[in-house]
Amino acid sequence: MAKYAAPGQPDGVVTYRDRYDHFIGGEHVPPAKGEYFANPTPVTGEDFTEIARGTAEDVDLALDAAHGAARAWGKTSPADRAAVLNKIADRIEANLEALAVAETWENGKPIRETLAADLPLAVDHFRYFAGVIRAQEGGISQIDEDLVAYHFQEPLGVVGQIIPWNFPLLMATWKLAPALAAGNAVVLKPAEQTPASIHVLVELIADLIPPGVLNVVNGFGVEAGKPLASSRRVAKVAFTGETTTGRLIMQYASENIIPVTLELGGKSPNVFFADVAAQRDAFYDKALEGFTMFALNQGEVCTCPSRALIQSSVYEQFLGDAVERTKAVKQGHPLDTETMIGAQASNDQLEKILSYIDIGKQEGARVLTGGERADLGGELSGGYYVTPTVFEGDNKMRIFQEEIFGPVVAVTRFSDYDDAVKIANDTLYGLGAGVWSRDGSVAYRAGRDIQAGRVWVNNYHAYPAHAAFGGYKQSGIGRENHRVMLDHYQQTKNLLVSYSPNAQGFF
Amino acid sequence: MPRVALTPEAADVLRRLRADHGELMFHQSGGCCDGSAPMCYPAGEFRTGSADVHLGDLAVGEFTVPVWMSAAQFEHWSHTHLTIDVVPGRGSGFSLEAPLGVRFLVRSRLLDEEEL
Repeated sequence: MAKYAAPGQPDGVVTYRDRYDHFIGGEHVPPAKGEYFANPTPVTGEDFTEIARGTAEDVDLALDAAHGAARAWGKTSPADRAAVLNKIADRIEANLEALAVAETWENGKPIRETLAADLPLAVDHFRYFAGVIRAQEGGISQIDEDLVAYHFQEPLGVVGQIIPWNFPLLMATWKLAPALAAGNAVVLKPAEQTPASIHVLVELIADLIPPGVLNVVNGFGVEAGKPLASSRRVAKVAFTGETTTGRLIMQYASENIIPVTLELGGKSPNVFFADVAAQRDAFYDKALEGFTMFALNQGEVCTCPSRALIQSSVYEQFLGDAVERTKAVKQGHPLDTETMIGAQASNDQLEKILSYIDIGKQEGARVLTGGERADLGGELSGGYYVTPTVFEGDNKMRIFQEEIFGPVVAVTRFSDYDDAVKIANDTLYGLGAGVWSRDGSVAYRAGRDIQAGRVWVNNYHAYPAHAAFGGYKQSGIGRENHRVMLDHYQQTKNLLVSYSPNAQGFF
Repeated sequence: MPRVALTPEAADVLRRLRADHGELMFHQSGGCCDGSAPMCYPAGEFRTGSADVHLGDLAVGEFTVPVWMSAAQFEHWSHTHLTIDVVPGRGSGFSLEAPLGVRFLVRSRLLDEEEL
């Protein structure tokens, strides 16, 4: 067992500053109105730094800086931009431990996840987009012997990005890497729940990026996010979050006739066919782990496998083993490398999860394990901890239909293949899904029949770059984590060129 | 039969927001992150349409605040009564209360047979 020291402790690997301003035009810029807000760690509930409370004036300043830098950045060669992205990746990799501790302190997630997933994935993501921008090709279409259509990709210009709090650094990376690779300048608004870790990263990489190409404005959604999302000076808005805000951002975008990409969450089914339990072997063990993935990142993942569907013939056995596996999840100090589940990211998130556990019980769902706030004692008593919770119930219940965004799975049974697909698709959302079977044909067909942008087959919660990620139905618009995301950050320029010396013949 | 209600603490927050922002509205959000929570906006800021259901109006003394939800979501909520409460909190999309250090939250109970 190893436990990292908290940021700022004598033996700590990272220190947060007492205060963070905006990062605009390569400089740290105080907020125009001079106000700051306190930022607590969910690990203990104590404030550890204060953050600029940005307003429309700060967003305007950032947009000025971005517009000042966008043209030159968009003209740099793909090789030069790729080199910058690779250097950013190298810098993150060289400081991986420090960033992991900073992220855990900011968000509450266990250090073993930030060390093994969040930060390594961020490193790889920058490298991936460094690669794909080098490999991107335009097109040449010969319309006829004398007429040729050339297609070029050009950057959009200045884009706005609004980042969620569940993976503050990785989600910023998912949005930044393709935008920068494509040659855009960015104004980025971190979530107000997790506004600080991005500044630790920005300080590490500031010297690698031309001033104004990346700007970070902090603040509350209504005070800083809205002026950014509704600005006439952004060419695109990217947002990860909830449906109502997503619709509002689309409404603003419709006023300005600009595109949006939206990732709005889900209620992902995790489907276990009977043959999973045919043997008690490594695959069975893997499937049980797959069930327990609902607790990854405290369930604060848009693709949390929050509905488990188990085939009736093996229901009792599999669910019994899955509950035991869930009980073995170790809850503890997020900076302890043995800890598997840490703190929920904020007090309001904790309250919301508890309110859903309440309505689940009222609707008659049975709690098989968990179902309460956890008091881990000592300094952690002030933190926001929930025990991993397994509900058994019916897919019509609200806990089966609404995104709780906590370590809560709702379990039900299905009779056969058609029943499985019907229940899996009985949801407003279509972001993720899991399918578990030893029969490749069943797994393939279920994977195709379930309406979701990402279906994991015999695995879950893997997020490698080069595997497209995004939603069907109300889960959003666009595909991140793949080279197709470049299309969402680029215009298509067509040069239609005539090589004929003769008049076209109309006049 | 009313489907929505308000705690006194939430009413106090609405009075403050009304003084600062004028007429108000709620739209219940689904989805991830700050979702599954009621979002409070200046009236008309969020455009409702045929895809939305008007759940009712909250009376806060001399003014009222309409509460909306998407029709698709309402299909799954229609058997429950919602009480809008407020808790200490940090962020909530573009909802107006976040800078006050609080956040609106829905508490639910099942509608009884007479209410349904």
